[in-house]
Amino acid sequence: MTILTRRSLIGVGAGGVLLSGCDRLAESTRANDFVAMAEKATYGWQRLIGGQTLAQEFTPADISPVFKANGSTDPKDDDYRRHADAGFANWKLRIDGLVRRPLSLSIADLRALTARTQITRHDCVEGWSAIGQWTGPQLGPLLKAAGLLPAARYVVFHCADTYGGEISKGGAQSSGRYYESIDLNDAFHPQTIIAHSLNGKPLTVAHGAPCRMRIERQLGYKQAKYVMRIEAVDSFSHLELGKGGYWEDRGYEWYAGI
Amino acid sequence: MDTVANVRIDTGPPPGQVYYRHRLVTRLCHWINALSLLFLVMTGLNIFDAHPALYWGKYGANPDHQSRWFEIGAMDAPGGAIRGVTRIGPVMIDTSGVLGTQVEPDGSVIDQGFPDWVTFPHNRDLATARRWHFFFAWLFILSGLVYFVHGFATRHLQDEVWPRLKQLRPANLWHDIVIHARLTFPRGAADREYQVLQRLAYAGVVFVLLPLMVLTGLSLSPGFNAALNGFLPSLFGGRASARSIHFIVMDLLIAFTAVHLLMVVLAGPYNQVRSMITGRYDTGEEPE
Repeated sequence: MTILTRRSLIGVGAGGVLLSGCDRLAESTRANDFVAMAEKATYGWQRLIGGQTLAQEFTPADISPVFKANGSTDPKDDDYRRHADAGFANWKLRIDGLVRRPLSLSIADLRALTARTQITRHDCVEGWSAIGQWTGPQLGPLLKAAGLLPAARYVVFHCADTYGGEISKGGAQSSGRYYESIDLNDAFHPQTIIAHSLNGKPLTVAHGAPCRMRIERQLGYKQAKYVMRIEAVDSFSHLELGKGGYWEDRGYEWYAGI
Repeated sequence: MDTVANVRIDTGPPPGQVYYRHRLVTRLCHWINALSLLFLVMTGLNIFDAHPALYWGKYGANPDHQSRWFEIGAMDAPGGAIRGVTRIGPVMIDTSGVLGTQVEPDGSVIDQGFPDWVTFPHNRDLATARRWHFFFAWLFILSGLVYFVHGFATRHLQDEVWPRLKQLRPANLWHDIVIHARLTFPRGAADREYQVLQRLAYAGVVFVLLPLMVLTGLSLSPGFNAALNGFLPSLFGGRASARSIHFIVMDLLIAFTAVHLLMVVLAGPYNQVRSMITGRYDTGEEPE
């Protein structure tokens, strides 16, 4: 009871003034644009000191007993359901956009490529983390095989799932289709792989079957699942709300290295 | 003799009263730091609400019950109500209305980690909280670097903050504890420098807590971790542990700030706050 009384007192007193002041600040476009400078600073600084260093890799003993699945865990999209029912036998991963020779890979093709296996930690933007072993071909050699054009600056991952989270933040104007994008530094990073296996088993639907991205120096929302198309672009401003990703269109940083 | 005395009077108040205590850089860093910490804590609590649980080890997520040592949540109570519950290790505490649940203006009870009046923004908004958190993290680190370089160069840190060896004698420590317990702080010449408890508190914050906050914070960044190939989180026993320590050190900084503000009030808020704005501090007259 005393707690409730104190709360309501704060609500009408000095706390009320503070709250409305904070609201004005948090909703101010200018203030938010100003603090967004931090993202550029972090991106520039981490690229400067990071180069192509590897994310920490762990031993099999470190693997999380249960790897939490988050975001879309069971897409309801008709196309995706049809592929899932057919065991992804007809799934094609296209690599196109600003490339000389667009590629189209079946899951069998993908599995036949030289794979990298890495035990890494997945850091979710929410604060939790999980360690798992991922296997799949590196993205870099595939982009080279496709003949990436000099105009390309980013790589976009188009996904098969529609996600309905947080439509409040401008989401109503977007299709809700999941997508993500990274720069070429990350695209050619040795640990950036198109994973088809988790902990030695083919990906389950919850974890992004038949293939998903691993971009090990960034947060979980960059690890696009259900990837069906990898597009090289010079800009992502024409896609959805123009911020370069599903969560980016909802206010999150494009550079998720922090 | 007369002329010397006259010169003294003409150049300002006699020694033992007002003197220039805080340099400009120290004062600027103090206020930037205060503002940054306020925003870092308020945005940090908003970020924490996105996953209000802490773990020990290299990883930690919902299925990892064994390593989860702290959590805030809501539990169903009889009659369709919900109760706020905070768990620290084996201890469960009913924190309804403060942590876990909160009462809305219309009287309804909702599921909420930290109450909205201590978070920034005050609604649950991870994206906005993160942007503001990292802006103030940059400001905090840059002003901290300026403070350290300036503090060492001017010997502020070595001479004025770091405890003197002879101050650490048990008798002197006890004497300072008694002074604080009786609120009979030294005035006059003896008040021209910090006593031992104040030095220990400031040195602990400057050399231990604030650097720990930066290092555990950086341990949470996958980009920074890759740059050092996982060195930082390993230093703290893993990323989940680093996140726990980040939270615990925040609590210690809040505790320090509460005592710090209390001491400012008890030691004379006008003089204390003025000295951190203008630099000029009045030591007052020596008793007797």
